[in-house]
Amino acid sequence: MLEIKNLHATVGGKPILKGLNLKVSDGEVHAIMGPNGAGKSTLGNVIAGRDGYDVTAGEVLYKGADLLQLEPEERACEGIFLAFQYPVEIPGVNNTYFLRAALNAQRKYRGEPELDSMQFLKLVREKLHILHISDDLMHRAVNEGFSGGEKKRNEIFQMAVLEPSLAILDETDSGLDIDALRLVAEGVNRLRSEDRSIIVVTHYQRLLDHIVPDVVHVLADGKIVASGDADLALKLEEKGYTWLEQGGIQPLNEEARV
Amino acid sequence: MSNEQTKADPSSVDHFVQQKYQHGFVTEIESETVPPGLDENVIRWISARKEEPGWLLEWRLDAYRQWLNMTPPDWAHLEIDPIDFQAISYFSAPKSDKDKPQSLDEVDPKLLETYDKLGVPLHERARLAGVAVDAVFDSISIGTTFRDELMKAGVIFCSFSEAVKDHPELVRKYLGTVVPSRDNFFAALNSAVFSDGSFVFIPRGVRCPMELSTYFRINAAETGQFERTLIIAEDSSYVSYLEGCTAPMRDENQLHAAVVELVALEQAEIKYSTVQNWYPGDENGVGGIYNFVTKRGDCRGARSKISWTQVETGSAITWKYPSCVLRGDHSVGEFYSVALTNNCQQADTGTKMIHIGRETRSKIISKGISAGRGQNAYRGLVRVAKKADKARNFTQCDSMLIGKGCGAHTFPYIEVSNPSAKVEHEATTSRIGEDQMFYCLQRGISEEDAVSMIVDGFCKQVFRELPMEFAVEAKALLEVRLEGAVG
Ligand SMILES: Nc1ncnc2c1ncn2[C@@H]1O[C@H](COP(=O)(O)OP(=O)(O)O)[C@@H](O)[C@H]1O
Ligand SMILES: [Mg+2]
Repeated sequence: MLEIKNLHATVGGKPILKGLNLKVSDGEVHAIMGPNGAGKSTLGNVIAGRDGYDVTAGEVLYKGADLLQLEPEERACEGIFLAFQYPVEIPGVNNTYFLRAALNAQRKYRGEPELDSMQFLKLVREKLHILHISDDLMHRAVNEGFSGGEKKRNEIFQMAVLEPSLAILDETDSGLDIDALRLVAEGVNRLRSEDRSIIVVTHYQRLLDHIVPDVVHVLADGKIVASGDADLALKLEEKGYTWLEQGGIQPLNEEARV
Repeated sequence: MSNEQTKADPSSVDHFVQQKYQHGFVTEIESETVPPGLDENVIRWISARKEEPGWLLEWRLDAYRQWLNMTPPDWAHLEIDPIDFQAISYFSAPKSDKDKPQSLDEVDPKLLETYDKLGVPLHERARLAGVAVDAVFDSISIGTTFRDELMKAGVIFCSFSEAVKDHPELVRKYLGTVVPSRDNFFAALNSAVFSDGSFVFIPRGVRCPMELSTYFRINAAETGQFERTLIIAEDSSYVSYLEGCTAPMRDENQLHAAVVELVALEQAEIKYSTVQNWYPGDENGVGGIYNFVTKRGDCRGARSKISWTQVETGSAITWKYPSCVLRGDHSVGEFYSVALTNNCQQADTGTKMIHIGRETRSKIISKGISAGRGQNAYRGLVRVAKKADKARNFTQCDSMLIGKGCGAHTFPYIEVSNPSAKVEHEATTSRIGEDQMFYCLQRGISEEDAVSMIVDGFCKQVFRELPMEFAVEAKALLEVRLEGAVG
């Protein structure tokens, strides 16, 4: 699905990613953990093609093709979805309208017929039901005045409607209480499938209790410094990132990792 | 900018022009056009041509004499080349059908393309493009049904000239009582030379049975560059009036100086909506319309209400402050505005809310959007007079910038002479958020769609106030006007 080789990237001219390698196969769930400022969100933004995040070296292959050539909206239409760490408010733009515009843009890109509002409403109802989200959110403006939890659930909801191939969830668990966390995790688990890969960026083991990852990586100072199975997350939770730095675990070599 | 008129020696100009007219007066009537230039004879000529009563001629002449001593306002945040008022022709009769394009095939394809984007119905395109309409479609049938229904309700809706002929007592009673002819330079000019416009009278207790739109007014075609509108709503009546049109209007006159006067008597309500899309000029601003408008509503009666809603997207230069004089106790004034400037467009627009009566309330919602090298200024005055106990104003003034070469400016003036008044002002300026753009792109939405979506959301509060179809058109219009504004 995704293969990143020796990725170097700068943000506003400042080097943030410094030789990052990562390979995610179809249907896998990977967790990325790491201290604040390590470059986790930067990685998500680079994959999504955000302006101002410049790749200075390395390559990113998505479904076997060069991802870096594509515009951000093309990447989205090709099935890349980023659940934002801080979802953006768009005042006055209705949430349902926004999402339908997004879905239809993607369908059009793929040569599929656009959905009319009745068809779309049906789809929305289905997804809301599955995710246990009240339709109240759909009548409001995009993220405007949403609580932290509502914003995160709205991201997952969008993901459910857009059905991406590769989803990157950037700290979708932050700021959620335990019930909301379970709902979000359930939502994500329902979306797990053989042809969909998910990268979960998180600080907390507790999310990984609900979304059990195939691989856990530690990202520090712009590189993946360690990778392992779900147990790695447990150890990190227990001992903290400093344990890693003190040599508690050796980074896996390229071949052994995935 | 300078007023050429006041600088020249009036006696010599008069002399010169007079000679010219002595010569050409009669023949000019036949050709129904006066040569460029302005003096008392031109005004007499216009008034005679329109068969106006003597009092109206005197009123025009009085305005003209005041105008001679006035100078164009220079306080607006606009850059305007001096206008040579002697180079303008102050009366041109509507083009005869044989001078107009005979069918849409003869119309600039670019214009047609725009109509297409705006979804303008086919039969309207011809009219807008200035095609000899009668040859294309028959507007009379729509007009007559419409008129019958209004007549039954007792509503008068006609051209200003007709009103002068058929209802001179009403015109005389109200004309210039809201915008006095000496009000400002452009109002004085308009008062002296106004060509035509609309007249509306809603009798006591009548709720006008339909939205009145200039589009349906018979004889509405080509009211000219000095349009004059007068709307009177008697006690407990209601009217919603729509002016303008989203499709770009062709006009050969560069200077437009309209005057609109609204009078709301006790408990009457007037809703006045405008969509303005005059030609803004090319990317360098060449050839665009100068739009200098004086619009004012007088809430003369207690508990009356006047709302202005405007969507301003056209013109090279817009200078316009629809205002409310809240004279009646408990009267309400509202102003909802979207002003868009792109390329080299300049707009200086806003409102004045003058609180005179007790417990009067006003609300101002202004949304300015600047793109390209557009300059957009909001200028608003809230004045609370001594006797306006417990007057309330709320002002929200938001600016959005698209791109780096444009500007937004806010000039709020607040003058409060009554301690029990409450005046609130909120203002924001935002660049169209990079984060909002990326959020849309990341969901697969194209850059252009993202911009129009974000802008539409930004304008929601104003669009909501427009009649439904107008709102849909306004939205489409902003999209078209913002094409290529990013990237
Ligand atoms: N837009 C930006 N401009 C400048 N620096 C940025 C920007 N975004 C992130 N950074 C910097 O990049 C580094 C990595 O940030 P980020 O990827 O957000 O880390 P993480 O998500 O792992 O906490 C930090 O030092 C942060 O300050
Ligand atoms: Mg982050």
